[in-house]
Amino acid sequence: MIRVSVDPAPIALGVEVAALEEGGAGGVATFTGVVRTDDGVEALELEHYPGMTEAALCALAEAAVARWNLLGVSIVHRVGRMTAGERIVFVGTAAAHRREALDSCAYLIDRLKTDAPFWKREWLAGGTRWVEPRAGDEEAAAVWS
Amino acid sequence: MGLTMLYFAWVRERVGAGEERVDPPEGVQTVAGLIEWLSARSDGHAAAFAAPSRLRAAIDQRFVPLDAALNGAREVAIFPPVTGG
Repeated sequence: MIRVSVDPAPIALGVEVAALEEGGAGGVATFTGVVRTDDGVEALELEHYPGMTEAALCALAEAAVARWNLLGVSIVHRVGRMTAGERIVFVGTAAAHRREALDSCAYLIDRLKTDAPFWKREWLAGGTRWVEPRAGDEEAAAVWS
Repeated sequence: MGLTMLYFAWVRERVGAGEERVDPPEGVQTVAGLIEWLSARSDGHAAAFAAPSRLRAAIDQRFVPLDAALNGAREVAIFPPVTGG
């Protein structure tokens, strides 16, 4: 099972995890990204490249299934405006055993950061600013190649 | 042969549009050449493309380096480095 979703709606964590557990897996690993409250950030806005985003996420999911022999992958990315504490992204993997599930989950979130066309903008009291990529993101993604 | 240009994030804001049709001359053969040619269209384009090292690109929805050839491209997107997740 591969599920990829790019949607402005809030991410329903329980529903996503339950769907991964239904495939007969021995282990399910998940990562949830949440809007931080650093530096007076009141809200976050996610822009993306419709069409390319979904294709990029599907390609990552298929690569993970092939590499770790996964039973299920879910990548759910929220777009639009969200406030502190809300979920931005959910990545879940289901496998026969924990190691495959944990490693593939880390792979997917590391690679998503560099391989999928999303852009974050922070909303602060005084205005907005586009988020710059973190220096460590490229290194974290490169570990998996 | 025309191209559809797409712009995202601060590139879109500086250009002043998310999408436009352009018809570059034959001498424009790479994404970098296209960026240079587009810079002359308006002050907004010039501001968006002033620092090519801060730009990334996709041809027909695949990431490419700025020196990639345009041959046969239908859709070219220019944007800042991605920051999802």
